[in-house]
Amino acid sequence: MSNEAILHGSSAAVHEVHGDHHHEHHHHETFISKYVFSQDHKMIAKQFLITGMVWAVLGGLMSVLFRLQLGYPDAHFTWLENILGKFWVKDGRITPEAYYALVTTHGTVLVFFVLTAGLSGTFANFLIPLQVGARDMASPFMNMLSYWFFFGASVVMLSSMFVETGPFSGGWTAYPPLSALGSASPGSKTGMDLWIIAMALFVVSSLLGGLNYIATVLNMRTKGMSMTRLPLTIWALFFTAVLGVLSFPVLLSGFILLIFDRNFGTSFYLSDIFVNGVGALPNEGGSAILFQHLFWFLGHPEVYIILLPAMGMVSEILSVNSRKPIFGYMAMIGSLFAIAILAFLVWAHHMFVTGLNPFLGSIFVLLTLLIAVPSAIKVFNWLTTLWRGNIRFTPGMMFAIGFVSLFISGGLTGIWLGNSALDIHLHDTYFVIAHFHIVMGVASMFGMFAGIYHWYPKMYGRHLNNTLGYIHFWITIAGAYLIFWPMHYEGLAGMPRRYYDYSIWESFKQFGDLNRFISTVAMIVFATQLLFLFNFFYSIFKGRKVTAKNPYNSNTLEWTTPIRPGHGNWPGEIPEVYRWAYDYGKDGREFIPQTEPVGADESHH
Amino acid sequence: MTMYLILAVIVLVFLIIFQISKAAEYVAVLKGEEQNRKNTNKVNGFLMVSFLVVGLIGVWYCNKLFFGKTLLAVDSASVQGERVDSMLWITLTVTGVVFIITQILLFWFAYKYQESDKRKVFYFPHNNKLEVLWTVVPAIFLTVLVVIGLRNWFYFTGEPPKGAQEIEVTGKQFGWIFRYPGNDGVFGKKYYKVIDAGTNSLGLIWQDNADLNLKDDPATHDDIVAEQTMYIVKGKPVKLIIGSRDVIHDVGLSHFRLKADAVPGIPTTMWFTPKYTTEEMKKITNNPNFQYEISCDQMCGNGHYSMKGVIQVVTQEEYDVWMAKQKPYYLAAFPEKDPSNQKTDSTKTTAATTVASSLIAKK
Repeated sequence: MSNEAILHGSSAAVHEVHGDHHHEHHHHETFISKYVFSQDHKMIAKQFLITGMVWAVLGGLMSVLFRLQLGYPDAHFTWLENILGKFWVKDGRITPEAYYALVTTHGTVLVFFVLTAGLSGTFANFLIPLQVGARDMASPFMNMLSYWFFFGASVVMLSSMFVETGPFSGGWTAYPPLSALGSASPGSKTGMDLWIIAMALFVVSSLLGGLNYIATVLNMRTKGMSMTRLPLTIWALFFTAVLGVLSFPVLLSGFILLIFDRNFGTSFYLSDIFVNGVGALPNEGGSAILFQHLFWFLGHPEVYIILLPAMGMVSEILSVNSRKPIFGYMAMIGSLFAIAILAFLVWAHHMFVTGLNPFLGSIFVLLTLLIAVPSAIKVFNWLTTLWRGNIRFTPGMMFAIGFVSLFISGGLTGIWLGNSALDIHLHDTYFVIAHFHIVMGVASMFGMFAGIYHWYPKMYGRHLNNTLGYIHFWITIAGAYLIFWPMHYEGLAGMPRRYYDYSIWESFKQFGDLNRFISTVAMIVFATQLLFLFNFFYSIFKGRKVTAKNPYNSNTLEWTTPIRPGHGNWPGEIPEVYRWAYDYGKDGREFIPQTEPVGADESHH
Repeated sequence: MTMYLILAVIVLVFLIIFQISKAAEYVAVLKGEEQNRKNTNKVNGFLMVSFLVVGLIGVWYCNKLFFGKTLLAVDSASVQGERVDSMLWITLTVTGVVFIITQILLFWFAYKYQESDKRKVFYFPHNNKLEVLWTVVPAIFLTVLVVIGLRNWFYFTGEPPKGAQEIEVTGKQFGWIFRYPGNDGVFGKKYYKVIDAGTNSLGLIWQDNADLNLKDDPATHDDIVAEQTMYIVKGKPVKLIIGSRDVIHDVGLSHFRLKADAVPGIPTTMWFTPKYTTEEMKKITNNPNFQYEISCDQMCGNGHYSMKGVIQVVTQEEYDVWMAKQKPYYLAAFPEKDPSNQKTDSTKTTAATTVASSLIAKK
């Protein structure tokens, strides 16, 4: 028996799967219509996912490079010079221009391309039609456009890496005047033009996607699928889309004014500026702070755009693998709703030290700390979901548990930073870096990994290798804490973020050893992600084939489709729904799928 | 060469891990997947609780290693910073307790309720009492934190006590310019279009300019301008009027526990009362090189990391001596108007200096 045969069991099973596979392909699909300009939401989801992965690798590699500088400021990596060229590396040291370009692009790419497009782009596309019971999105064509605008944004962003004056280097928040004045920073020349164009394309992509998600959830649910029977993933993705649709246009408007200031001599953000070597600029009467308001009006909801899909998927995965209903379904929806509303009312907590009116600041303190209440509800509900369950540690489940742990750790420091009188001390220090990387970056990454591991069998009809999954999980969670936990201490020493070198600072140079340690761990964790990627791509072709329609004994609709669903998802009628998605362990039954009518003698909850 | 070796090692490690994982999969299939899955489940359940224990020890150990390197190990250098510190400790206590309880529950539940054939899961979809409990309790704690926070916030952002020294701080790529109002106690007017990088770094309006429709402001004539080092007096409140000449910077004063952005076109303010002189801090921190550093905390360009200023906190006497040595910026730009350059007037200058220092002393 060959290894292949061991993995894939009897030939009969293989045959059955194949029969299933061919059954739905009534019309002929070309390579282009199936893999490139596909209008099938599942294929578009995979396109988002794989593009997101490419960006995650690039963005991660960028962080490894700038961590090299932070961890080994005195070392000379001459071999890097051969790979990256003189702009990036001089005398074996990463140049300040390159360092700031790396930091900026790392932030932009991870926040927007990986954790927005890669996360909600993938899972909203994949799960919404499958879990609400629809054949596809409301507008498959718009959905396809959404991906291709994202692809365009990616190409433009990538091309900015290669311009002579360097990519944009003013931080992912792109505050003017720095981002508006090429004379103040070389990265703000052509690099910034490309950055803005890429971001504008990205906003278009987000809007096309978001409108589609909203329309699909509201209009295309199958018979019996009332809003309160939706799985929490869908609720989370729905609120995510609403947040995006309402806030991305504001970001775009901010960018348009920035384009005007950069190219057409307006003064929306510019006033009273004298640039060394250039002299006084004519612009007067603008407000640099205006941009920050426009930026953070998106920027804060963006945090939740990243986090909510992860929360939704984690809720679902925790419940399925605890074999127990999610605790407090309505409270979970309520807290998602509260978070979505509050997300719009807290943006200025990023601006406590800008000279903001103190009274206004105090309102934002109040609203910001209010977010801790729905967050606490969610955490305690997740904990109660685990309580007295029967937990299966699938890799997806492990990442979901890891998400909760990271969300707690990072969320609690939000209580520090949201309180303006503490923020005035900790703002823009490594404390902030630790906070948002744990709560938004790594936690959402964990949500994404949980989603990928959990729905991989549905995506590709094959299983990922679990052992690699466990290795991936344990190294990543330990590494994430080892990297970001000690950064709180650097922050408590007042160590500012975005510094290329700390050696001239009497107050901050005591962390050399720690920085080296963090950089080393970061490299190991990065290498581990490559292991995951290998598992991912290898398993697409060689993974163990899925032999059961419903491998997790899960209640939701996506597991009623064939193992490899074609375009249209269900070969026959779309199934009807009779109950909510979380009847696990009810009346002594392991699970009751949503498609099963409520029995006459069934207990009520 | 070492690079290739490292690469080779990494690739080998990858291959080994991959082969082991693959083998594990074959074994699982051959030995019966269900049994294998149950065994792996036990291993992971055990690892969950181990991670909790090792993690909590790690938290303690990390604190042991690094606490001494943070500012918490030394007293706040400003009166206002004491409030930041006390608030920080309260917040740490509240969030720390929540952190420990919830992490223990999370990983303990994961271990305790790992799959077992004997367990029947508890169908527990909702419970309003519990939901109310964990809505109200966090809300109460947060209210307390908000009240403490806002009291401090309004104190920090409120008006400084009367008699506070005023200093203007201007950020530029990549350094700091400080201006003292001089004998008259008034900052003269400035306009950015008359900035001259060499002689008039702030654009003080000290001569008529018909093109720009500016009139000479005599209050500029005695303003004192210095770069990189700012002198302030121990125990005396100081109010900084902060601005920027080009892009956004930030006056970060970690030892005083405060910071404020420097925004072009929009002045911001910050005030504090230094508690210790620089010399005293050298003893407190046991660091003979101690400096109160001003760090730029807002990304301002490629030299951001080197944008350092220094604050010298001195006693009133030392301050007076230092101030007496300073010459108005105006005289540096117009040396011909400097009385000390006109030998006959030398007595007048000394008189002026004495008046200056006594004026400052009175404040």
